[in-house]
Amino acid sequence: MKTYEILTAGFGGQGILFAGKLLAEIGLLDNKEVSWFPSYGPAMRGGTCNCSVVVSDTPIGSPVVSEPNLLIAMNGPSYEKFIGVVKSGGKAFIDSTLANTAASSVKAGAGVEVYEVPATKLAVDNDLIGMANIIMLGKLIKETNFASPDIVEKAMKLVTEGKEHLYDLNMKALKIGKEF
Amino acid sequence: MEKSLMKGNEACAEAAIRAGCKCYFGYPITPQNEITAYMSKCLPKIEGGVFVQAESEIGAVNMLYGCAGSGVRCMTSSSSPGISLKAEGISYLAGADLPCVIVNIQRGGPGLGTIQPSQADYWQATKAMGHGDLRIPTLAPNSVQEMVDMTTKAFKIAEKYRTPVMILADGLLGQMMEPVNFSDETLSCEPYSFGANGHGNKRPKNIINSLYLDPLKLEERINERFARYEKIRLNESAADYDKGAKIVVAAYGSTARVARSAVDKARAEGINAGLFRPQTLWPFPEKQIKDATVNAKAVLVSEMSMGQMVDDVKMALEFKLPVEFFGRQGGFVPNPDEILAKIKEMEGKYNA
Repeated sequence: MKTYEILTAGFGGQGILFAGKLLAEIGLLDNKEVSWFPSYGPAMRGGTCNCSVVVSDTPIGSPVVSEPNLLIAMNGPSYEKFIGVVKSGGKAFIDSTLANTAASSVKAGAGVEVYEVPATKLAVDNDLIGMANIIMLGKLIKETNFASPDIVEKAMKLVTEGKEHLYDLNMKALKIGKEF
Repeated sequence: MEKSLMKGNEACAEAAIRAGCKCYFGYPITPQNEITAYMSKCLPKIEGGVFVQAESEIGAVNMLYGCAGSGVRCMTSSSSPGISLKAEGISYLAGADLPCVIVNIQRGGPGLGTIQPSQADYWQATKAMGHGDLRIPTLAPNSVQEMVDMTTKAFKIAEKYRTPVMILADGLLGQMMEPVNFSDETLSCEPYSFGANGHGNKRPKNIINSLYLDPLKLEERINERFARYEKIRLNESAADYDKGAKIVVAAYGSTARVARSAVDKARAEGINAGLFRPQTLWPFPEKQIKDATVNAKAVLVSEMSMGQMVDDVKMALEFKLPVEFFGRQGGFVPNPDEILAKIKEMEGKYNA
């Protein structure tokens, strides 16, 4: 496996850090080296927010991802800020409900595959408000073969521990993303 | 035990509790707040556990003085500006020979600086943590696992040599999550025998004091303390390093992670580079850096500061090797390619 250098980005409150944590937990259960590093400070009060996750077979140097090979951008400003730094051969997942890529002058570099998922709208339509982040993860996991379904399930159990009612809803959101 | 994901700050707090820490005194400041939050949640649940959010950093460090003086294992934590406020109290703790652990999750300075990571408190920690003739053993973790291991070690050194011990980490290590496990080792949480906690006329008085108006007595105290510092210097210095490299990169903490990536990239390109990573900053690992530089043509020091470790490297090498510096400031974490570029420049310059 290559090293996944992942950046998740969006507004504070969209579950950007949680999405990153779920990816890190999946990596850990898959016996990989993992690190997770949040942008910290005022972000969690509603500003823009991002999170670096590295999943690798080898020990991790810097946990700060400046040139991701996987990007999840969940709003316009995050798309504008990060789409240009995604490495060639990388994949970018954009919440097209909140980021209008066609209207933006910023485009992905050559060799970057862009997947547009109207995750926020899908979440609203399916009574899963607040789970657009997990819908995006579902799409990412499918397009990258990130990990086997049983490992993803186990990781989801772990991160929803103590809030079991959220497990089924999150799994439903993952499935919507996978099937989009 | 299975590994679990934890933030560096939380892992440090959990490790302290497992090392027998009963009392924590703190005051909020980013980026170390998870230590305070974790202690507020967990310490009151253990027997004899006390958590106090003090009125200020100065209040917190003086509560630490009182607590350590009564013989109880205790800790405080803060970030750079808050550590400056604690400096007076740390000098008193050193002057009264009180074991305790002080964690500095560094952010940029001077002044309020930034909340982003920095390593600009190296001089403060290793040279002048307070007024007077004193040293503070300073440990420098570079991973969440080392936040755990070095917190445990800090309590051991504090007790063994009766001294405050500092953990010098930074915002990156405090905020990041990595897998960790905790050893099953149980450490004593019995109160220290020197504590002034009531003798009931059954033993001689224990006196906690840093004031000695008689010059002979003060000089004797200082000499005795420095004999202990000498033992720390001989026994406790630690480093992790490659041997035989021509260009040696010296870096600690978060920067050492980036330097490791840079050195690995350089090696993949056929450059004989190596990493020297101090795990203790005082005592500086002098013997180890000599060992790491046996074949070296030059040393590159890399830090998130203006080069505060450079002098220690030069002195440890007795000024026999050229020492250069590359660093970032202002809250930037260097990236591996920046350090790699400097390694390549030095390879050409020193014919390594």
